[in-house]
Amino acid sequence: MLNMPDNNLIVETVELVKRYPMGRQELVALKGVSLRFCRGEFSGVIGPSGSGKTTLLNIIGTLDVPSSGSVRVLGETVERLSPAAAARLRSRHIGFVFQTFNLLPVYTAYENVEFPLLLLGMGAQERRRRVMAALEWVGLADRANSRPAQLSGGECQRVAIARAMVKEPALVLADEPTANLDAENSHHILETMQKLNQELGTTFIFSTHDDKVIGYLRRRIRLVDGRVAADETG
Amino acid sequence: MLTLLGLAWRNLRSAALRTGLNSFALSLGFVMIIFGQGLLEGVNRQAERMAVDYDVGGGQFWQENYDPYDYSTLIRAHAPVPAGFQPLIERGEAVPILVVPGTVRSAVGLMPVVLKGIVPGQQVVKIPSAGLDSGNGLLPVVVGLRMAQMLGVSAGDTVQIQLQGPEAQTVEVKGRVAAVMRTPVTTVDEGQLWLPLDRLAELAGLAGQATLLTVRPGYPRNKLPAAPGWIFQSPAVLLSDLRQMIGTKTVGQSVFFVVLFLLALLAIFDTQVFSIFRRRREIGTLVALGMTRGQVVVLFTLEGALYGVLAALLGAVYGLPLFVYLNRHGISFPGGSSWGFALEERMYPVYSSGLVIGTTLLVLIAAAFVAWLPARRIARLKPTDALRGRWG
Ligand SMILES: Nc1ncnc2c1ncn2[C@@H]1O[C@H](COP(=O)(O)OP(=O)(O)OP(=O)(O)O)[C@@H](O)[C@H]1O
Ligand SMILES: [Mg+2]
Repeated sequence: MLNMPDNNLIVETVELVKRYPMGRQELVALKGVSLRFCRGEFSGVIGPSGSGKTTLLNIIGTLDVPSSGSVRVLGETVERLSPAAAARLRSRHIGFVFQTFNLLPVYTAYENVEFPLLLLGMGAQERRRRVMAALEWVGLADRANSRPAQLSGGECQRVAIARAMVKEPALVLADEPTANLDAENSHHILETMQKLNQELGTTFIFSTHDDKVIGYLRRRIRLVDGRVAADETG
Repeated sequence: MLTLLGLAWRNLRSAALRTGLNSFALSLGFVMIIFGQGLLEGVNRQAERMAVDYDVGGGQFWQENYDPYDYSTLIRAHAPVPAGFQPLIERGEAVPILVVPGTVRSAVGLMPVVLKGIVPGQQVVKIPSAGLDSGNGLLPVVVGLRMAQMLGVSAGDTVQIQLQGPEAQTVEVKGRVAAVMRTPVTTVDEGQLWLPLDRLAELAGLAGQATLLTVRPGYPRNKLPAAPGWIFQSPAVLLSDLRQMIGTKTVGQSVFFVVLFLLALLAIFDTQVFSIFRRRREIGTLVALGMTRGQVVVLFTLEGALYGVLAALLGAVYGLPLFVYLNRHGISFPGGSSWGFALEERMYPVYSSGLVIGTTLLVLIAAAFVAWLPARRIARLKPTDALRGRWG
């Protein structure tokens, strides 16, 4: 993996440090994390609670900036991006899947999936085709008109995956996507994401401490106390 | 922007009850403001029409010493009627009025008054001067209803009038009330007696002189003769005092409407604060999906502005029929004299399109503004904190 050509490099972090001020002291959530992720990876950051997984994913997802160190995502240097440029990068190239699903409650499943395409200003016909395709991927085409409140947790998360995938982003960041799901639903959504990874070549980066998820990962980065303790492929 | 508007609309629809209540409260304030302003405009117009009919006419020339607010000027405020006015007076397009100070004694007692001499039978202003032709030898007097009440007299009663004669001596004459006029205009009523011009001029030794020259309503201004030593007061100037007075009288009423309106805005503000707090995870999600925080601020502001739109629509549903009805059938208006002038029993509020459009814009802008105030905070909210369901 390390000798892959550079145009396959999707994410590169160099000596990432993230400090949070905590009153007089400060909490260092990331203590020099250097990692490279290549196109098509199905990888995960694993580690105990508080080890900095979410912090790392948020910085890669341009939702946060490092205290020091550098992050390049799809050729852009995150810490130098303007808020508008960062929003554009997320809108076009990065999909998010959250532990708590975070669907917009007033939208139907269809509309939730459609929303990122509206932000991209895509035409109505193309939008419709893509939304239906994305709902097919996650097996929810028949629930298009249901609202989140009418869907089970597993179904909500599948809608969230469709929403993350509908714009066919280069990168999907999934922060503990199975934490609120039972075993059966966990396996279902993991298989869905694995299939999308293989068919579309999308890069997935998970954060998890769920053994079910870890079993699917092709690369596991173990984070302990803000440092990379292990990075194993296979 | 359209996406944001659609999302804002859907968010409001999902909380239909709260949206309905907020919009209804705002629409009440909105309709009340238009109602109050329309009433005020109706009062203004009616009062102005009356003032023009009875007093202001098409404007007045004032002898330069004349100051209606300074009683002491009255003794000097007269001059011969300028020659250029004679044709107008003969054609009945202007009327000279002589104003001198005096006192009147009636059953009630002695009181200082303003004596106003006017040509009997003139048609320039609505003073019923025809009554001044009679008198059975006694000096005929016309008074307004308020003045008659003050003096405790009615038609046919006699009054004792004193004024300064030609040699500064006190002249005393007996007058008879020839007519009591019902006029809503206090400036031709309270504290004054109307007398025949010639008789008053003779008593005061001011033959051929006048204090005011009132032109008939609608007389073209560019055809007014030159009058050195006389100052022209246009109707607009003469009516501005009236407008101001009505304005001050209605401030109290306006405060009520404004408070109502502010309460409605407060409800929107509250809803916004609560909604932004409750939906912080949603805010984080929108940012993660590729919106800037600025766009999220716009989204929440739009939601508030939509309250304004709904309020305007709702207000139109019950406000328009109400306004059309009131405009046609008027509104009965008891206790009109507390306005400082009497009004007719029926008021016809005037709802101009400017008033309606202006108020609607005000509602929209105010709603968007109070929605924006709390929404501003989103710009400082860190998306990561929002996603964790926290405020920074
Ligand atoms: N906004 C913040 N302010 C202060 N401290 C924070 C903030 N965000 C995270 N932290 C701290 O940084 C450390 C790493 O947090 P992070 O959320 O990245 O951990 P995590 O590995 O995702 O944990 P979990 O498995 O519980 O989700 C924790 O100690 C956390 O308390
Ligand atoms: Mg976490």
